[in-house]
Amino acid sequence: MTNPALATLLQQPHGRLDMLPYAALLDLSFEKVDGELQLVMPFDETLIGSPGRLHGGAISGLLELAGLLTVIAAQPAGETLPRVRPVTVTVDFMREGACVETRAAASITKLGRRVVNVHAQAWQGSRDKPTAAAHINFVLDWPEQAAPRP
Amino acid sequence: MTGFAEQVAHFMGPFVGRVPHNKRLGLRFIASGDKWVELQLPYAPHLLVDPDHGIWASGPIITLMDTCVGMASMLARGAFEPHATLDLRTDYVRSPKPQATVTARGECYRMTRQIAFVRGLAHDGDPADPIAHVAGTFMFSPSKLAGGRP
Repeated sequence: MTNPALATLLQQPHGRLDMLPYAALLDLSFEKVDGELQLVMPFDETLIGSPGRLHGGAISGLLELAGLLTVIAAQPAGETLPRVRPVTVTVDFMREGACVETRAAASITKLGRRVVNVHAQAWQGSRDKPTAAAHINFVLDWPEQAAPRP
Repeated sequence: MTGFAEQVAHFMGPFVGRVPHNKRLGLRFIASGDKWVELQLPYAPHLLVDPDHGIWASGPIITLMDTCVGMASMLARGAFEPHATLDLRTDYVRSPKPQATVTARGECYRMTRQIAFVRGLAHDGDPADPIAHVAGTFMFSPSKLAGGRP
């Protein structure tokens, strides 16, 4: 993801994430709450995995996008943006995902130039009762490093 | 195949693609055995996170793998019992080729009284050149059905 329009969008206090097709599929928007980037996934029938529960994959997708966008938002303004790609993602599922709105936010454990370690959490209603959490390692590919392989 | 595995292959297998979130993504059932399942997710524009570069979001791959290994754990259980993903780790080895169909194969390699240990691979044509690798656990309620050690 190297889209500068996305980095600009994330500077807004809130907005929709339709420029990412998969985020549009999940009907995601974002909100800055006390400076923190929160993703909002409203309930929809198409998110259901087993009867009365959200699909764990949809919650994982939300967590991963919260991580990705937090990493993009943390890149220095004005610089060329790297491509940010997840390399390992570990999701812990703590509670069933109920048929209500889900939110997710991520914090950066270490912001390196090549690797970013992220912890993301998803919750419904009370933040003290997380639905799921993810540990994600992102690798940043900078344009100048994108030399063709021999 | 066991009677249960045949029942799953003929009746439950096709149902996987009708689970609302799976249907939304376009996931489909291919085949299953006693303790393994093969599913596919054909390319669709709504699965991308970066349409300019044709890069897939990773959420749909997690959804595919979660569904695949979850079903494998049910097969290994030998019964339709409620189960929940405890954790799932995904290693993204590489991006799928543009407009590829992603095939996932998941297996349950160990079933205990409460826990199913699962692993799986996703590829876009050649299983020896995988896109992603997953390892995870599912939690079952203690049951007399499948035996196994605690």
